[in-house]
Amino acid sequence: MAFPDRIERTVELAHPPAKVWAALTTAEGLGAWFGNEAAIDLRPGGSARMRWSEEGYTAHMQVERVEEPAVFGFTWHIFGLPEDDPRRTYVEFTLEPAGAGTRLTVTESGFAQLPDDLYRKAYDGNTDGWAKELGELAAYLDAA
Amino acid sequence: MPPDAEAIAEQVFTALADPSRRDILAALASGGPATATDLAARLPITRQAIAKHLALLAEAGLVTAEPGERRRVRYRLRSAPMQVAQQFLAALARDWDGPLSALQDHLDRSAREPGQAQSVNPDERRTP
Repeated sequence: MAFPDRIERTVELAHPPAKVWAALTTAEGLGAWFGNEAAIDLRPGGSARMRWSEEGYTAHMQVERVEEPAVFGFTWHIFGLPEDDPRRTYVEFTLEPAGAGTRLTVTESGFAQLPDDLYRKAYDGNTDGWAKELGELAAYLDAA
Repeated sequence: MPPDAEAIAEQVFTALADPSRRDILAALASGGPATATDLAARLPITRQAIAKHLALLAEAGLVTAEPGERRRVRYRLRSAPMQVAQQFLAALARDWDGPLSALQDHLDRSAREPGQAQSVNPDERRTP
């Protein structure tokens, strides 16, 4: 099995792109089918969030692409990693008219990011940093 | 895609498949760096078995050996390979089928009940 970097799904929806677009890009839409509650600043670089009240989980997203009514993209936190982990996956919805309805494709990519040198440096730096700080604390307490 | 990512994930899953190795990793995660002797005192595993498991964990990059007091080697947990395995699991756990069928239901419902959906074109409203 190949390391999955990318997930792709396509669905045919019996509703015009404008309606699907509204469901994907408005707080009312996202809060109705995706999360339980949502907020969105619909512009590239804008922030968005969705809350799942049952799970007590909030997803923070950053809007990346807004090309009404065809492409909507955002990045978000990688499920399962610690909250403060900087790595994110990119989600893109593509809407194409299909008869009276819409062919909607969602791709989510970026799962195969390796901890890069920067991350390793930061992590090892923190580990060393803590060892030093604790050593300094011990020395301070010994001296006092 | 980095070619070694899957190999790293596989080593992590192999390491975690053994209950004794899970106990050793859990002990290092909760208690910090420890020697094989420390671990043998805390876990129901012989010192010889612990040394064998630590060698495998070091091979997988999940622990690193460092010089400790009185020339005894201490083992420290290294989480980087676990981050790789975690991303492998995250891709498997990310479920788009559920949300997409919820979207389909939402669109069907809002088409049937136009008064409740703000995005519906007023021309499509049925007269009561």
